[in-house]
Amino acid sequence: MADTARDPPPEQTDFEELEDGEDLFPEPAATLESEPASLPAEDISTNSNGPKQDSLFDDDPEDLFAEATEEVSLDSPERDVLLSDGPSPAITPITPPTSVITPCIGHAHDDMFTHSSFDEIEEEEGGDSFDMHISVSDPEKVGDGMNAYMAYKVTTKTSMSLFKRNEFSVKRRFSDFLGLHSKLASKYLHIGYIVPPAPEKSIVGMTKVKVGKEDQSSNEFVEKRRSALERYLMRTVKHPVLLKDPDVLQFLESSDLPRAVSTQALSSAGLLRMVNKAADAVNKMTIKMNESDAWFEEKQQHFENLDVQLRKLHASVESLVCHRKELSVNTAQFAKSAAMLGNSEDHTALSRALSQLAEVEEKIDQLHQDQANADFYLFSELLGDYVRLITAVKGVFDHRMKTWQKWQDSQMLLQKKREAEAKLQFTNKPDKLQQAKDEIKELEGKVQQGERDFEQISKTIRKEVSRFEKERVKDFKTIIIKYLESLVQTQQQLIKYWEAFLPEAKAIS
Amino acid sequence: MTSTLDENNKEKMRSVSVDLNNDASLLIDIPDALCERDKVKFTVHTKTTLSSFQKPEFSVPRQHEDFIWLHDTLVETEDYAGLIIPPAPPKPDFESPREKMHKLGEGEATMTKEEYTKMKQELEAEYLAVFKKTVQVHEIFLQRLSSHPILSKDRNFQIFLEYDQDLSVRRKNAKEMFGGFFKNMVKSADEVLISGVKEVDDFFEQEKTFLLDYYSKIKDSTAKAEKMTRSHKNIADDYIHISATLNSISADDSTANKKHLEKLSDLFEKLRKVEGRVASDQELKLTELLRYYMRDIQAAKDLLYRRARALADYENSNKALDKARLKSKDIPQAEEHQQQCLQKFDKLSESGKKELTGFKGRRVVAFRKNLIEMAELEIKHAKNNVTLLQGCIDLLKSN
Repeated sequence: MADTARDPPPEQTDFEELEDGEDLFPEPAATLESEPASLPAEDISTNSNGPKQDSLFDDDPEDLFAEATEEVSLDSPERDVLLSDGPSPAITPITPPTSVITPCIGHAHDDMFTHSSFDEIEEEEGGDSFDMHISVSDPEKVGDGMNAYMAYKVTTKTSMSLFKRNEFSVKRRFSDFLGLHSKLASKYLHIGYIVPPAPEKSIVGMTKVKVGKEDQSSNEFVEKRRSALERYLMRTVKHPVLLKDPDVLQFLESSDLPRAVSTQALSSAGLLRMVNKAADAVNKMTIKMNESDAWFEEKQQHFENLDVQLRKLHASVESLVCHRKELSVNTAQFAKSAAMLGNSEDHTALSRALSQLAEVEEKIDQLHQDQANADFYLFSELLGDYVRLITAVKGVFDHRMKTWQKWQDSQMLLQKKREAEAKLQFTNKPDKLQQAKDEIKELEGKVQQGERDFEQISKTIRKEVSRFEKERVKDFKTIIIKYLESLVQTQQQLIKYWEAFLPEAKAIS
Repeated sequence: MTSTLDENNKEKMRSVSVDLNNDASLLIDIPDALCERDKVKFTVHTKTTLSSFQKPEFSVPRQHEDFIWLHDTLVETEDYAGLIIPPAPPKPDFESPREKMHKLGEGEATMTKEEYTKMKQELEAEYLAVFKKTVQVHEIFLQRLSSHPILSKDRNFQIFLEYDQDLSVRRKNAKEMFGGFFKNMVKSADEVLISGVKEVDDFFEQEKTFLLDYYSKIKDSTAKAEKMTRSHKNIADDYIHISATLNSISADDSTANKKHLEKLSDLFEKLRKVEGRVASDQELKLTELLRYYMRDIQAAKDLLYRRARALADYENSNKALDKARLKSKDIPQAEEHQQQCLQKFDKLSESGKKELTGFKGRRVVAFRKNLIEMAELEIKHAKNNVTLLQGCIDLLKSN
């Protein structure tokens, strides 16, 4: 299958570990120490602008469960039902200090932010139709040698009131994109949002570019990356919550962006990520969650299967790209050979026909080359993106498990403390008893919080999954239609070429 | 020249060479063949009005080696030195599909049952295609002989067609084959000689230059065409995998995507069939055409070689005659020998010219026919693809 014409894949598998780690897990420091405190409803001391979760908290845990079971029956994302389900703004025990949330975005759309119901914000989103187009273009090499990097122009065109202007652009480098993703991941992944993964790093690919090798493979690499960055940004802004994140807005709008250094592969942060990823993998194996919710069990299985199948499909399409490129090369070689044969032929008419055949085949080889590109950029990359997205989805499910685990741990600790307290009742140590009682009170709070967190993440995931599935359907359909149209074009060109050749063949006498 | 005109008029939709089975006095075909392991047994069927044969219609079983024997005896017959002996059919080669079948067996665990079945079907079709090709190429060989005014009367040819026992006794034994190998070795050394021998006739000089050059070019084109065909086949195989995986995904899907995926899976299944046909048509019309004429040109080159040999012999006999005259010894023998050489050379030149001219005509006609057919088939398949694709696009858009 491998042919000399095939370009060596720029990505090394050695580095995939890091890259995946980049995608899946937020900054280690943030995750490990993050308490429910990072949920904005409780603590908006962090500058990051989290989602508005408040309305979903209910003093009465039983109500939440009732909600949960109702949502199980929903297969397709019927937002309306969700919204009517949701508690009306009246039930907001924890009022979001909207004053804290809004100022980050100086030109906030007031309507959007005064509603404390997250559900209603989404509804609003639906009303103000998503009208935004981001393009990544003009890759430019900046600097020299090993410190060189590619700068990309990120242009945003939009009519949404979220932005000051209708059209604006900034210069960004790859690590900026990675930095954006890592910030978003640290804020949103662990509470159940599916954050689109950033394109993969490639040490080999970038080195070639840095070294200044201006050949086809490095051009292809830059194009592949440019296209991937564009898709990444579009997916990110299509997410209603992520779109309004100040980091995202800053990324798109501000001309100066602090460099994200911790995204470097070979940095201490990178190594820490690797270690944590391994630790997480071990933890995942040891968490045995009692899944009471059939929806989650089913969905998890569904995504597991989808992951396997998509990878398989991706591999087949990559093979297709490779073979089509081979076909192009072989056709070109045949064209040259046919031309030589035509020259050698001493029968005039046949000689001319053979030369014509050579010309046709040469045009066809270009056609195959173009088709191979379409195969790759439309079909193969789509699948690659979704393989990575599914990994992010699975990560979100894992976070839910961790949240559950935390809740269970607090519960078990509470149990122990209660038992200890009971024992202390019989001893004459009033201060110890009081201490125990205090600890229990604190733990009870923690348990409640844990339960709330769990309910919250479960609810968020449900929404996210249905949004994801909806997007997936739309995405696939759009791109597949485009791909099929590229195939149609190729075939129509083929018809043209061969129809032009036919009279030449008939003219042989 | 008359034979060429006949062939021109009786073009039929068959094979790389124009249909040769035209003379009702001797009709040959291979209606049946059996494949046992790697050995193919051909049933050679003859229908004739000629009295030289014992029966008007008969069939005999023959193996590939019998064809080779026939070819070699014809080549070694002095009388036919001035003719282009039709190239021997190549040995049936099932290596490629067999190897792929083996690989498929190894990879069975990695694919779904459906995928495996489809791949197996593809391979069986490939196997069948190789089989059909080998039958065809053996058939053409016999038909070339039967339509040749001189070769059709060959005694050994008749035996081949008629003799109802196993021919293996008459076939070359190992020693003779070895002898044949040496003969080929010597021949290639002589090929260098040819360029040294001074050509007296412009026609042959031109033919020699042309054929030597053309042979190497057409050999190259054949190889490249073969690679193209293989790429098409690889793409068809990829489509099978893609179709099967899409099917698996759609089975598991409960969203609106399910229908899309099913349609897409179906589309790829249909596309791969078309791609497979593109590959096999290209193979038949282009690759096989080039391959056949490559061998035919080799046969024409052999004729040139024999003639060059005869010329060398003639020149040597001239020298011998001069020597004899000088020594005044054995002059009549030398004269006779010289006369014989001259006669042989002239005969070869005359028949050679006829054969080569006829050959060119045949070649041009065959190329024309096949190039037209290939272009027409490519157009047909591409149109088919467009219909399939457009249909799927419309279905997807309408949902």
